[in-house]
Amino acid sequence: MTDISQPDAFRLTKELARERRQAQINKRFAAETRFKYLGLGAVALAVAFLGLLLSTVVFQGLPAFAYHYVKMPIAFGGIKAGTDPKTVDYDTLYKDAVKEVLPFASGRKDRRVARGLFSAGSVILLQRQANETPELLGTEGDVYIPVSDFTDLYLKELVAKNDVSRPSVSLTISKADSGYILTAPAGTFGRAISDVRQAIGDRAEAQFRELSSLRKNLAEQARIAGSSSAEAVVQKAKEATEALSSQVERKQAGYDALIARQTASEINEKMDAILPSLLVHAAGGTFKATMLSSGKVEAVALVPPSAEGFTGAGVAAGDWTLRTIKVAESNRKFSDKEVAMIEKLRSEDRIERRWNSIFFGYGASREPEMAGVWGAVVGSFFTMLVTLAIAFPLGVSSAIYLEEFAPKNRITQLIEVNINNLAAVPSIVFGLLGLAVFLNWFSMPRSAPLVGGAVLALMTLPTIIIASRAALKAVPPSIREAALGVGASRIQAVFHHVLPLAMPGILTGTIIGMAQALGETAPLLMIGMVAFIVDVPGSFTDPATVLPVQIFMWADFPEPLFQQKTAAAILILLGFLVIMNAIAVLLRKRFERRW
Amino acid sequence: MTEYLPLLMLAVAAIVYFAGRSRSMAVVGGEISRLHSRPAYHGGYVAIWTVLPALVVHALWSVSSGSVINGMVTSRFADELSALNVPEVEAFLRDARAIAFGGIVGFRDATKEAAAEVFTSLQATSNILLIGILIVLIGVGFYYSFVRVSAQLRSRHTVERVITWTLLACSAVAILTTIGIVLSLVFETFRFFQRVPFFDFLFGTHWSPQSAFEGAGREALAGDNSKIFGAIPLFAGTFLITFIAIIVAAPIGLMSAIYLSDYAGPRFRAVAKPLLEILAGIPTVVYGFFAALTIAPAFRGFGESIGLSVSSESALAAGLVMGIMIIPFVSSLSDDVINAVPQSLRDGSAGLGATKSETIRKVVLPAALPGIVSAILLAISRAVGETMIVVMAAGLAANLTINPLEAVTTVTVQIVTLLVGDQEFDSAKTLAAFALGFVLFCVTLALNVVALAVVNKYREQYD
Amino acid sequence: MNLMSGVEQEAAVNQAIEPSIKMRGEKVSVFYGDKQALFDVDLDIPECQVMALIGPSGCGKSTFLRCLNRMNDTIDICRVSGNIQLDNEDIYAPHVDVVELRARVGMVFQKPNPFPKSIFENVAYGPRIHGLTKDRTDLEEVVTTSLQRAGLFEEVKDRLDEPGTGLSGGQQQRLCIARAIAVSPEVILMDEPCSALDPIATAIVEELIAELRENYTIVIVTHSMQQAARVSQKTAMFHLGNLVEVDETDTMFTNPKSQKTQDYITGRYG
Repeated sequence: MTDISQPDAFRLTKELARERRQAQINKRFAAETRFKYLGLGAVALAVAFLGLLLSTVVFQGLPAFAYHYVKMPIAFGGIKAGTDPKTVDYDTLYKDAVKEVLPFASGRKDRRVARGLFSAGSVILLQRQANETPELLGTEGDVYIPVSDFTDLYLKELVAKNDVSRPSVSLTISKADSGYILTAPAGTFGRAISDVRQAIGDRAEAQFRELSSLRKNLAEQARIAGSSSAEAVVQKAKEATEALSSQVERKQAGYDALIARQTASEINEKMDAILPSLLVHAAGGTFKATMLSSGKVEAVALVPPSAEGFTGAGVAAGDWTLRTIKVAESNRKFSDKEVAMIEKLRSEDRIERRWNSIFFGYGASREPEMAGVWGAVVGSFFTMLVTLAIAFPLGVSSAIYLEEFAPKNRITQLIEVNINNLAAVPSIVFGLLGLAVFLNWFSMPRSAPLVGGAVLALMTLPTIIIASRAALKAVPPSIREAALGVGASRIQAVFHHVLPLAMPGILTGTIIGMAQALGETAPLLMIGMVAFIVDVPGSFTDPATVLPVQIFMWADFPEPLFQQKTAAAILILLGFLVIMNAIAVLLRKRFERRW
Repeated sequence: MTEYLPLLMLAVAAIVYFAGRSRSMAVVGGEISRLHSRPAYHGGYVAIWTVLPALVVHALWSVSSGSVINGMVTSRFADELSALNVPEVEAFLRDARAIAFGGIVGFRDATKEAAAEVFTSLQATSNILLIGILIVLIGVGFYYSFVRVSAQLRSRHTVERVITWTLLACSAVAILTTIGIVLSLVFETFRFFQRVPFFDFLFGTHWSPQSAFEGAGREALAGDNSKIFGAIPLFAGTFLITFIAIIVAAPIGLMSAIYLSDYAGPRFRAVAKPLLEILAGIPTVVYGFFAALTIAPAFRGFGESIGLSVSSESALAAGLVMGIMIIPFVSSLSDDVINAVPQSLRDGSAGLGATKSETIRKVVLPAALPGIVSAILLAISRAVGETMIVVMAAGLAANLTINPLEAVTTVTVQIVTLLVGDQEFDSAKTLAAFALGFVLFCVTLALNVVALAVVNKYREQYD
Repeated sequence: MNLMSGVEQEAAVNQAIEPSIKMRGEKVSVFYGDKQALFDVDLDIPECQVMALIGPSGCGKSTFLRCLNRMNDTIDICRVSGNIQLDNEDIYAPHVDVVELRARVGMVFQKPNPFPKSIFENVAYGPRIHGLTKDRTDLEEVVTTSLQRAGLFEEVKDRLDEPGTGLSGGQQQRLCIARAIAVSPEVILMDEPCSALDPIATAIVEELIAELRENYTIVIVTHSMQQAARVSQKTAMFHLGNLVEVDETDTMFTNPKSQKTQDYITGRYG
């Protein structure tokens, strides 16, 4: 073919093309690599989000599966066997037991601290246990009482984290006017001193920051006082300058004092409530340092030493321990006294970490340690039962009709479009439907699994219909023709041959729909399943809540233990979902058929 | 106790099924081949005639008896109730019912106790009446069908026709649901607009329904009421959070889909794809927990450390987590449309010496653009209707802002806030929730219809 | 067959008129997973001629064609062994990049596959991605020239902005040819380019192939013996993954050496 373009026109020869391609090629490959890593990055980011989400839930939730209980010597043995459990004074029994395990807590304040170590629901729990097993009355033995939420957090090392060491030197304890004096070879308390100095340093640093911002303010005010011509402004600035400079002076003095403390060569620290705590466990007691130096500690007894332990002689190396708590007492919710008491109980083997049977056996409660997930699990179970009973037959029947019997006309088309759109309606709208129709028009009970299940069934219906239709469509027409060919009616062909073959697919779709419904929250809020319900529901019309709603409610509570329990409840919910999806996958794998 | 009657009737059905079946065998003396229909059909025939009418009557009775009894009680206590307005009458009836049949009683008085007694007696009469009717129906139906069982009886036709009609009725439920949604929303929304002018709602910029004045003399303050239902801040908040979510989800979802379909090896794909699908299977309340207790505090802390004031209920946190939630949604839809682009186009581009990324960016993506657009529309519709994440992580205060670090509220949050807890069903607050629900329904429906239309058009292009 | 190529090489050295070898395949075997699709094929492709690959369905001729610009790389399970050279360079050598290779060895597919873009953009696509033109005028020039060479310019010059998918089948295929030659390839591979076209469109494309021969080396896979006879100078016959015979087209169709070729071209099977 002859070239008909003008002689001066651009002509792309093979050589020129090659040259220009070569010039571009590196840039293009760089772009290719960039694009590829962008894609990989996107996948990695999505997976990282998933990992972050799941690890957050697992790390927060796992601790809640176990709980610390204290073995209480409740004097059930002193009650005559066969006594009516309703007539027993559990409060006194419990108080006596607390007195028995912590006898030194004699003052009113100490007693309050001691009771606060254990669950506020202890008495109710005792009552409940005695009611359930009346044989308990009249038998000796310890009863397991849950500790309070903060005690549990302490025992799980989530608050007031501490370091324990067992120095290999001996310690001498002597009584002084206002407490005790503990002496040991110089350097024994070195580690505690360095912790304390670090805390002082941190405080000094914070002071310094405040100081410099004050100075900046001061300079600004001084500039205004010097530059402004308005009398009033100058006056005001001068006043501010004065106030500020006295403030600066005070801060400066405080800062200097801290620095002096930090760098002093002679070590003699007064331990106040904003410094780390140093506890010494020795001679059956616990001492809290009030004045600290390298080999000597002035202390008060949080737990008094026992008579046989405190002989005035030295305590041998290895028989005493040092405990430092870095977080200052004023910055935590678990005081030194509580630490001392609970450590005392721990040394007596009264504390035990056990399976959290309250969490798995009880309904909701306002007390974090008494709150359980069982009510919600049962509520979810009833709700799912209703959902399944409504959605499965309805869904499969409509799928059969639409796929096998419906004439292909505009009405069927309308139904199809309608189902597709229904699948995309926000779940909360189904809640509005439930509220308006079920609760207000039909006057059905609020908060009941029956209504919740019905709403969720309507929501799941499209999923089940779509999945079932796909499963029915996958059965080849030859099966129907074969059945019709031997004289079966259409109904017989469908129910005897097509439906059984499509069943695995239908069940898979149903399980996936049910899993969706199990995790759904919003529509249930609309129909009042968000009420605070303590009792475990016993029927379809009892007020109930469900797992996701329980999670929603707990997530709102500020107590750290509730947050743990929220995460733990999420783990349970996810566990159910994993099981359901695993069954679906298994069904699909086991019965998958390629025609 | 009448709730359990259907179970009883099903038991009756089982019994008469066997009766009909054995009778059919008896009439031909065991020679089943002489029967027109198989014995099971005769059994079914008898069972249907016996129980179906009774079941239908029972269903109708259950639906209507409540309001009939309510009406009778209202007319009997007409004098006492004449002074009350509609919601107060409703409350009266609710309490009286609660006294009579158990439940949470607002407060008691003598009239209510009396009404409760009337309720109890009317309910008892109604139950006796119902049971009588059911027994008659069952008896007559059984007799009629049982004596008709014979070798010639075409019971299969009857049974199959009933089955077909039942199937049809089941598929009508989906339609009924839609109708129910539309009717309930439209009805309540209409009542809302009787109190608050349409334009004040749709274009007002002040939203504080908690200050709505209810009770005596509220007619005088109706004008004030109309000023506190301006939904623009909610729409803006919803838009802001949705926008953030899409900014997160669209690129990540799309790029993941591209990487998984065009770059990843089969082993990588086999691991990564299910992982992405897990993101889709996690309940939204879990995302809400994650947003409220992990992401939002982290953002706040980070903002503080660099000197920004970030609200603890920032739109950014809610939007980000919502974006994570819809990543798998975008990626699986995009995966579908990207795979729908024919291989021949990729080959054509590769045959010219294009690199993979050039092929994807310049041929595949432009060709798949309508599909991707519709995927994103569906994702938007999902984000707009999402409730739990925003309820837990977004704010309640209706701020009109575009700053993603501030707290905003959304349509769904307000619906939940307005409806959770006991509410008078007739108050403007409650009705406002339905109006918001109606807006939500319309918007998501429109998005879906458009998206489906686009995607169908696109499918046709390559079929 | 070794004998054949030896003879040909000799001829190339001896006679200046005899075209040089553009591409050469030595012991090319292709595996799809465990299945072997091509067995030790040795084939030389002469420059600026049309070589036709014929043979019954599934004989491996398309597989061989797709090896020549490494289109098989896109199939995960496909493995190629042996040696294929382009201007005496191994195209499967590690340092060779497929992008450059495919720019030099273009391809036209069985079914016309214009991109869902305008006619202009279809042709401009290659030059754009390879950065062959510096400005818009040059690009327009290249597009015009390519369309002219593909014999499509006169038919579409008024509607370059309309989508390429709107053309008729024959026009679409010529658009694809124009798209291929816009990047100035040295070799054009055609995989049954006329199988989706009607007879009139086929005739136009065949005419076009004859014209393109002046500038490009063309390898064409075809089902139609008549087409091979009409457009090619050399023909290679494949059967069950083996190269049965390769010769001048005239010789092959008048005096085949192998019985299989004889049977195939006389229509005993195919």
